[in-house]
Amino acid sequence: MSAVIQVNNLCKDFHDIKAVDDLSFTVPEGEVYGFLGQNGAGKSTTIRMMLTLIHPDAGTITIFGMDLQKHRKEILKQIGAIIERPDLYKYLDALENLRIFSAMSGVKIPEKKILDQLAMVGLADRAKSKIKTYSQGMKQRLGIAIALVHDPKLIILDEPMNGLDPQGIADVRNLILHCTRDLGKTLFVSSHLLNEMELIADSMLIINKGKKVAEGTKEELLNPLKTQVELITTDKQGSLEILKQTIWGQFLLSNMNGHILLEIDKLRIPELNRTLVEKGIQVISIRPKHSLEDFFLSLTRQ
Amino acid sequence: MRRLFQIEIYKIFKRPRTYIAFSVIAFIIILIQVALKFGGKEYVGLLMSGVNSSFEVPTHEILNGYLVCYVVLNLLLIHVPILVALVAGDMIAGEANMGTLRLLVSKPVSRTQLLLVKFLAASFYTFLLLVWVALFSLALSVLFFGTNDLFVAREMDSNIITASDVLWRYFAAFLFAGLGLLTVAALSFMFSAFADNSIGPIVTTVCVIIVFTILTQMQIPFYDETVKPYLFTTHMLGWKGFFYVKGVDGVTVNGSIENLGEIVKSAIILLLYATGFLSVGIWYFRKKNILS
Repeated sequence: MSAVIQVNNLCKDFHDIKAVDDLSFTVPEGEVYGFLGQNGAGKSTTIRMMLTLIHPDAGTITIFGMDLQKHRKEILKQIGAIIERPDLYKYLDALENLRIFSAMSGVKIPEKKILDQLAMVGLADRAKSKIKTYSQGMKQRLGIAIALVHDPKLIILDEPMNGLDPQGIADVRNLILHCTRDLGKTLFVSSHLLNEMELIADSMLIINKGKKVAEGTKEELLNPLKTQVELITTDKQGSLEILKQTIWGQFLLSNMNGHILLEIDKLRIPELNRTLVEKGIQVISIRPKHSLEDFFLSLTRQ
Repeated sequence: MRRLFQIEIYKIFKRPRTYIAFSVIAFIIILIQVALKFGGKEYVGLLMSGVNSSFEVPTHEILNGYLVCYVVLNLLLIHVPILVALVAGDMIAGEANMGTLRLLVSKPVSRTQLLLVKFLAASFYTFLLLVWVALFSLALSVLFFGTNDLFVAREMDSNIITASDVLWRYFAAFLFAGLGLLTVAALSFMFSAFADNSIGPIVTTVCVIIVFTILTQMQIPFYDETVKPYLFTTHMLGWKGFFYVKGVDGVTVNGSIENLGEIVKSAIILLLYATGFLSVGIWYFRKKNILS
């Protein structure tokens, strides 16, 4: 699979703060590439450099095989982006906003396509409403319509789920999956909503203090053989005794913070349940913890 | 480029605040016209206090549409720049404040092109504002007060320009005033490129205009030679030169301008200022990191 984005040794300082520190990564074509990091880790700065909003101090960015500095216009024609919040012209309606940004995309877009795009994000009935009357979720969906209207090959979304309610998050998630599965786009998505990224991303890059700390496919990063599982029963002490007496004792984690935690292969959860039930323990739940969250915290925790 | 220009114009005229300047100008001009309609005789008396003692002054002839327009321009052309700053200062900083600048700059349009188009749009707005001033101050005054010879009072003497020789002078004066306003637009635009909030550039431009205008109007010999010749506000008053005419044996020469060279010099200086302000704005914006 060819690389859509190739970033090499990217650096950016703001006065004496290293926002991005020797960052290199590769984004394969046709994937959702998750870009993870805590607030202030350097995600937005990296994205802004990829969109020529910020000038890098060092390093190169190659997109579609072309150098971004030398072929800025050709590259940006094929990119759709939302940078942090989709701030739009509040005194204009959705259709006017979409027309303005589509006209600036460097591609001639027929009116029908613009209307179709609004319909695709579920805003056809609010096309003539001023943006100041829109909710955050509606603005986010309109932002995605703006990013998609000129049919770009690459879509860059910086925190697209920020400030959204659960329904809004689900809508954006579905749009992202539609773009990659049905339209074959490459998506570069930054977020700190780890469980959401786990649902949508094929590959991930985790950065901390501007530096890369992990990169790879979801399978490579999240080993399913080592899933943390939280056990809740009616008899905690009795359960612990039984676990220690059986083969499960070796999987008990030392730091349990008052919970019964085991690190096992996810597929062995039914077997664990059977053992406890056969020993007369009433099991309330056996819940796999968000493994990406644990992995992320283990990498970025001070 | 044409499409981008249309977008910028569309955005300007979709904002309610754009119409503040047009409303304010119409209101003030009508206010002045009403005042002169009912109290014009006293005003002319005051205007001609130095001449009254030696001549019989036909007030009803002196107070005509051309004089009213001249009065309006004298009062207004100091303040219109402030209204121009309201829009020009908002062109880039306003986008940064709204958060739309990052979306614009990430589009396949060069930063220089984006700024040039925005400045062109601000200039077009300035031009329309000037046409609006001309419509209200000249056309409406002529409609209400009629036409006659124009009496122009100066510091040491006065000129009377025959009615048939006035209109072209107004056109020239408006064009020149347009150049002055363009300079102010460029100044405000430059400050706008520096900032991420439109209040800053607008207030800074207004402060510069106020300070420079005070310096321009100060009658202190030290400033006359050291400071005034370099202030753009001094040259913005160059439009008055079109109403200073040559005279032979006390009779004004039709079509003449007393000091055309001075007007041309002022026009060139204003153009240089406007180009300078715009260039600095573009230079800064090209290397600016868009963080807003």
